[in-house]
Amino acid sequence: MSYHSPEKIQKSAVENLNEVKKKEVLKPKDRMAIPAQEMPNQDPVQRAKNLEEVSIGYSAEQAQLEAMRCLQCKKAKCINDCPVGIDIPGFIKEIADGNFQEAINIIKNTSLLPAICGRVCPQETQCQMACTVGIGLKDIEKAVAIGRLERFVADWERATGNVRIPQVKAATGKKIAVVGSGPAGLVVAADVRREGHDVTIFEAFHKLGGVMRYGIPEFRLPNDIVDEEIETLKKMGVKVETNFVVGRTRKLVDLINKDGYDAVFVGTGAGLPMFMGIPGENLVGVFSANEYLTRANLMRAFDKDHADTPIYASKKVAVLGGGNVAMDAARMALRLGAEKVSVVYRRTEKEMPARNEEIEHAKEEGIEFNFLQNPKRIIGTDDGRVKAMECLRYQLGEPDASGRRRPIVIEGSEFIMDVDTVLVSIGNGSNPLISQTTPALGVNKWGNIVVNDEQKSSVNKIYAGGDIVLGAATVILAMGEGRRAAAAINKQLSDELKA
Amino acid sequence: MNKVIYKEQLSEDVFLMRLEAPLIAEEREAGQFIMLQIDEDFGERIPLTIADADEKEGSITIIFQIVGKSTKELAKFKVGDFIPTLVGPLGKPTHIENFGTVVCIGGGIGVAPLHPIAQALKKAGNHVITIIGARNKDLIILEKEMDAIADELIICTDDGSYGRKALVTEPLKEICERDPKPNMAIAIGPPVMMKFCSETTKPYKVFTQVSLNTIMVDGTGMCGGCRVNVGDEVKFVCVDGPEFDGHKVDFDNMITRLGSYKKIEHDKSECNLEKEAAKKEAEL
Repeated sequence: MSYHSPEKIQKSAVENLNEVKKKEVLKPKDRMAIPAQEMPNQDPVQRAKNLEEVSIGYSAEQAQLEAMRCLQCKKAKCINDCPVGIDIPGFIKEIADGNFQEAINIIKNTSLLPAICGRVCPQETQCQMACTVGIGLKDIEKAVAIGRLERFVADWERATGNVRIPQVKAATGKKIAVVGSGPAGLVVAADVRREGHDVTIFEAFHKLGGVMRYGIPEFRLPNDIVDEEIETLKKMGVKVETNFVVGRTRKLVDLINKDGYDAVFVGTGAGLPMFMGIPGENLVGVFSANEYLTRANLMRAFDKDHADTPIYASKKVAVLGGGNVAMDAARMALRLGAEKVSVVYRRTEKEMPARNEEIEHAKEEGIEFNFLQNPKRIIGTDDGRVKAMECLRYQLGEPDASGRRRPIVIEGSEFIMDVDTVLVSIGNGSNPLISQTTPALGVNKWGNIVVNDEQKSSVNKIYAGGDIVLGAATVILAMGEGRRAAAAINKQLSDELKA
Repeated sequence: MNKVIYKEQLSEDVFLMRLEAPLIAEEREAGQFIMLQIDEDFGERIPLTIADADEKEGSITIIFQIVGKSTKELAKFKVGDFIPTLVGPLGKPTHIENFGTVVCIGGGIGVAPLHPIAQALKKAGNHVITIIGARNKDLIILEKEMDAIADELIICTDDGSYGRKALVTEPLKEICERDPKPNMAIAIGPPVMMKFCSETTKPYKVFTQVSLNTIMVDGTGMCGGCRVNVGDEVKFVCVDGPEFDGHKVDFDNMITRLGSYKKIEHDKSECNLEKEAAKKEAEL
């Protein structure tokens, strides 16, 4: 895929739309013939030096064209494959007809965070994978771009300056605590608040948004968007307490026993970063992707003139891992001034868990990919700083439990890679804070909270969801869990009110 | 937002502040710390041990030394000002029980976090021997408070301007040689001081607990920046600590890691602690 300028994309969209509009009725064949609309992006050379959002978003013309590609299937499989069950054909039809307000209203019936989901959901493995258009054209890339359309109407509404605040039912006198303000917590807060219950979000950090704030970089999900989605919650009457570590500032069970909360949702997210367990990992210059991104995003270390939090000055960076977080860390390192950034992954591109779009963007920006390689040890200078990494080469063997072909080390293939910084992005364990201080709470051997299919934990009135349950997953899966938990909490509260 | 309700300058670079923080005051236990920021947008999060708390007043006490930009700015806060970000109590509390005889060694500013621990140990029925060390007389803090707790109080200064002219390891060694030897030691202070205290007690097999103050970003078990080698394991100071078995801690690696941002930090503000540590290392 080569880079096309936004101007060029827009010019052909206008032309195509005029053509399509000449037809009175669009038959499925006509719809399938409309070219899939490419996402206009910032120029790769320029964007690798700034933190502004890479994707600019569809124009109205592009959105309408893309929406016209939807066949309005009666049995819309896309809805089933959306973790929060958005009426996808419904909102897309409104876009095709130019009714952007109605489109966003439909989305908001089921998802309160469309500007975020439209940007960071892995649509290609969910709704878009089920899309008839993509299947018909035998190319997942040519499925209707549901995520981009969702983003378009969310951004459109925001630009009007008149974001509709969802209605809240009359106060019930019930109150619930939401622990953590990441994607799962925000969904719970919204869904429970809508039923008229009093909701307080407790956040350990000084800023809200969880992983959307500290983890996902500005160039992929601007902070302003997270702020505005949270602002909507506040306008609905959701209360927030920052700098409050449930488990430490207040014990989890005390929220119920002492403070009178009727239910608590725990959405504390992923925890301690995992490391490789190889020699040299505690040298200066080895960071977890969590730490690196938190410094850059939450603590704003990218703004070197203003931020007090320092970030390591790197020239040659190796990023270990193949997920979205690895892509974020690599692309952030580039933006912070690294001369060369290499992703080191022990399988091949096909097995990478990162979204295709992120891999493509990283490549366009000049990130190098070293596949079928993995470090054996990190080598330091006399004063304990990273100076190189010894790596091994791999080949792919038989599929393993995950269904991916197992990487097998090639004996004697050691070689030295010249690096001064290593960013480890191979996943997270669970955060131990809540379980350390809540002995009654059932956790599995990885420390993830055990829940039933209603997201209920082993302790009465305590629910959990998101990464603290799933291990490291995605924003939308966390939201899906949040939605289920909220339904169960609302049921518990309404049963109590009836009793 | 937490109000500064009392401020006192303990020595040239050391300040004591009482901050309004009712929830933390209620929950905190000896050995725990807080993180604060002097600016919500651009400030760094710095960990500081809770030196004391007053549940009735709803306040906690912090004692800090100016070592970098944030502590320098913090020292400018006046009574009535608000600290924009304060979170805690973090870390595992100190395990307190009646061990018998415990030697509490505080180096410089380390006496501040040592104070609530010594207090709790005394309350639990221990015989508490306290050693306080500093470069000179002016840098000795909390002498009166420690004297009130300790069954025995030994003060050392590097230059002999007050108490014994000695490093804290000297009286510590003597105490370890006593019969019976102490049941336990707790050393809190600059990393080099904790390293040498641990080395002093090791031959006598006196279990020595140290309280580590590594670089942290979040302080809640997310970033992994605070990791240290303890024996064969990698531990996270913020959630596994801050206290560890001093005989197992890899102090050299920890000291190297503390210097991760030395160059950057130096550009912005000179780091006293580093200077001091280097000097101490040279002396020892």
